[in-house]
Amino acid sequence: MLSPMTEPVTTNATATPTLELRGVSKSFGPVQALTEVDFRAFPGEVMALVGDNGACQSTLIKAIAGIHAIDEGDFYFDGARVSIHSARDAAALGIEVVYQDLALCDNLDIVQNMYLGRELVDAFWRLDEATMERRTAETLRSLSVTTIRSIRQNVASLSGGQRQSVAVAKAVMWNSKLVILDEPTAALGVAQTKQVLDLVRRLADQGLSVVLISHNLNDIFAVADRITVLRLGRNSGEYDARTATQQQIVEAITAGIPHGAGAAS
Amino acid sequence: MSETTEAVVPLEPKQTLVDAVRERWNGVRAGDVGSLPIILALIVIAVFFDLKNSHFNDPGNVVNLIIQMAGFTTIGLGVVFVLLLGEIDLSVGYVSGVCGVIAAKFTEPPGTASGWPIHLNGLVAIAAALLAGATIGLFQGAIVVKIGVPSFVVTLAGYLGWAGVVLIVIGNGGTIPIQDKYINGIANDFFSATTGSIVVAVGVAVYAAAQVLRVVQRKRAGLATGSLVVVAAKIIAIAGVSGFITFYIYKPGAVPRGLPYVAVLLAVLISGLSYLATRTRFGRHLYAVGGNAEASLRAGIAVDRVRILGFVIGSTLAALGGVILASRLQSVDTEAGGSTLLLNSIAAAVIGGASLFGGRGHPKNAFYGALVIAGLANGMGLLNLSAGIQELITGLILLAAVTVDSLSRKRLAAAGR
Repeated sequence: MLSPMTEPVTTNATATPTLELRGVSKSFGPVQALTEVDFRAFPGEVMALVGDNGACQSTLIKAIAGIHAIDEGDFYFDGARVSIHSARDAAALGIEVVYQDLALCDNLDIVQNMYLGRELVDAFWRLDEATMERRTAETLRSLSVTTIRSIRQNVASLSGGQRQSVAVAKAVMWNSKLVILDEPTAALGVAQTKQVLDLVRRLADQGLSVVLISHNLNDIFAVADRITVLRLGRNSGEYDARTATQQQIVEAITAGIPHGAGAAS
Repeated sequence: MSETTEAVVPLEPKQTLVDAVRERWNGVRAGDVGSLPIILALIVIAVFFDLKNSHFNDPGNVVNLIIQMAGFTTIGLGVVFVLLLGEIDLSVGYVSGVCGVIAAKFTEPPGTASGWPIHLNGLVAIAAALLAGATIGLFQGAIVVKIGVPSFVVTLAGYLGWAGVVLIVIGNGGTIPIQDKYINGIANDFFSATTGSIVVAVGVAVYAAAQVLRVVQRKRAGLATGSLVVVAAKIIAIAGVSGFITFYIYKPGAVPRGLPYVAVLLAVLISGLSYLATRTRFGRHLYAVGGNAEASLRAGIAVDRVRILGFVIGSTLAALGGVILASRLQSVDTEAGGSTLLLNSIAAAVIGGASLFGGRGHPKNAFYGALVIAGLANGMGLLNLSAGIQELITGLILLAAVTVDSLSRKRLAAAGR
């Protein structure tokens, strides 16, 4: 068995998961999307969430983000049972989602995007540009995002990898504990993919809990600590990325849990 | 694109003049042309008409130009806010007409045949007209935003409907003269030479103080301040141009002579609205919604409220523009808000550089655009060109401006990848 609980190199073997879902089900009318799904994400780790198209990863993510209400099941955040009814609830807990289409405004600059919807103002309702700019620079620097020439340039002029970096930095600037990245490398070239994966790794190394959704197994094995596989809205195993093989994961995605490989729930 | 080790996230506090110029040039090449074409156009217009007609740059004609443009510039300022959202408001012309008529009706002397039962002081009447404008904006904006009818159609209905209201209210009388001194004073009264000079000096001082304060604040925060030479040059240019114009319009013998109230009103409007658009949270949200409504929604911005407020601002400024136009004519008639007013207002915003696609623009765009349109109309009038030629040329300029907008959008999009 490859159960993470028995894995000696896993630093968080006894840690409380940042987020744990137990027996989550969700249907849209007659369509059963999620069936008794268990999921967990540990602090300081990258948890990959994989599955074929239609495996309902995005439904699961939207449930965590508070966009879809679940029908059954429990959420635990830092060990405490919580209920998430809206995006605001999720944000209040420290859950941030970086969606595939990034949700950046091309016509605004990096600082403006980082603070979008949470602008700082001084007296006279005036935007506190100086503080926002300084903190943006600090955040980007702490994440070692160093390829950006000026943080006062419009997001439209950034490369795909830089845009992704800004979107990720925006998510982590708000004292978030859990960052969910939806296909962050889907549209990127080789070098930019590496740039983003390095950033993902740094987030986890800083103690955040990271959930990475991807179809690219190379990316996942490059950066993930654990892998949760969904198949047709059901669990298809949780694997340790250091010991699992690509073959095992592919089988879990396509055919369900292969014998002998470890479902850990 | 491997990571470089040097910290490129800039905290370097110094930017030289050369850097500033290079940055601007790079912006132009990437498609962000800013106010560059419009300022060139203004210079061409001033020089061309000066060569063709010795009276174009007369002090009196400069004053005339300001008074002529004030009404549709104000409406154009409101149009910028609607355009920033990526929407359009075709009703602003007749909304300005309706609100001008409201101000006129409320200030008719008691006992006027077919007059309204309530008679108001001029200032209260102006406030009532602005309130009416705001209400119209709220109504039309709510239909666009809450029900989802395209703004083009809603405001086209407004265009027709409010034109009808103007006709109904004015009725058979044809023309309502305005006798109120406040309303008529806006576009017909002037500051004395002393007061006018003080007003201009205070305005320039406030501008300079704001610029210096910004540099000091950024320095204190350890941020790049831009080239100090550029900041100083801007202040000197503003002071120089305003000082010269003030001196010029008070030249003995100029008719009309002096700084009109409406010029100061316009200056206050432009600076106040620029502050609203670029320095406040609401302004930031306006740009965000125009740029990417979905992203704004996810960021927790009250998108619906921002969009409705955009329409409210547009209609309220249209109302103020209507009052200014009524003031200039000292009357309203069945033509109020009609003719080329709507098109000039929208053209001012677009020629000035506000994007029809949303998310890009600035209140000052309406001012620059209006200067071009009013300058052309005034100059061609002096040359006794026919109205047909005048409208044809204005149309060509509008086409050129929209083409520049579309091309720069393409280039910006291309530079994004």
